[in-house]
Amino acid sequence: MQKPAPPSSREGAKRVASLVPASASFGVAYGVLAVTAGMGVLAPILMSATTFAGSAQFAAASVIRDGGSVLAAVGAAVLLNGRYLAISVAIAPHFEGSRLRRFFESQLIVDESWAVSQVGGGRIDRRMLIGAGLLLFPCWVGGTALGVFGGDALGDPKRFGLDAAFPALFLALLITLTVSRRGVLAAVAGGLIALVLLPIAPAGLPVIAASTVCLAGLRRR
Amino acid sequence: MSTTWLVVVLVGAFTVAFKAAGPVLLSGRELPLRATGAFELLAPSLLAALVVTQAVGGKEAIVLDGRLVGVGTAIVAAALATALARAL
Repeated sequence: MQKPAPPSSREGAKRVASLVPASASFGVAYGVLAVTAGMGVLAPILMSATTFAGSAQFAAASVIRDGGSVLAAVGAAVLLNGRYLAISVAIAPHFEGSRLRRFFESQLIVDESWAVSQVGGGRIDRRMLIGAGLLLFPCWVGGTALGVFGGDALGDPKRFGLDAAFPALFLALLITLTVSRRGVLAAVAGGLIALVLLPIAPAGLPVIAASTVCLAGLRRR
Repeated sequence: MSTTWLVVVLVGAFTVAFKAAGPVLLSGRELPLRATGAFELLAPSLLAALVVTQAVGGKEAIVLDGRLVGVGTAIVAAALATALARAL
């Protein structure tokens, strides 16, 4: 049997490598959408570099394209990114070094980097998260730039079926990570809540509601 | 400021703050023991919700399309690969 590779930033990058084409092409798709929405050239690229969270950016750009208000666009995006507050608090103890360093490293938290750096029991390996984030960041920002400057020619990534890559990876991680009975119950409950709320609640809310399942794990004093 | 820039600045500020909140304000101290049980369950519940929303999520709707076939095929392939690896 093979010895498990020691956790490192390289290992983190390796674990998300399969998502590179999907991430870059969704960056392109976001860039194209942003231009169509009239967001200009600089704003979408800057947004990818600062917000660095696909679904929220797509939501915000769609609202702008449809002529919605600032409040609607920001509200949708903040709702979608609310889960990052839970993730950030949950993995806080793993970060070290100066405040500035922790700040910059924390910006590499995205669903994918958080998911692949799990080492069981809700703990993560910080170096794997950083390695994964450092690989995804240029894909996302570079993809956006490519989309902004003439991504029309590249076409719709959905055509290549790349949109199945994200749920497939999350599912694979879910299966490998969820070993305890409580974990399985939490996954089933979370999935069901998301499924029930999907047709009736605004985007983002199903995921936030599902993540509150974890409160059931609060230990009694 | 135009709508676009307001959105870019506000969404950016919120997201940066969300991601930084834990590592910047809480790092270096152990989370209360009471909370660790909850954080253990965050990964399975959140991952399951992401799988559902990304596989069948539409605009406030459940949409069954090629994505589901892709994810289903991935499960079968993963199960086969695991079974094969264990058999060898």
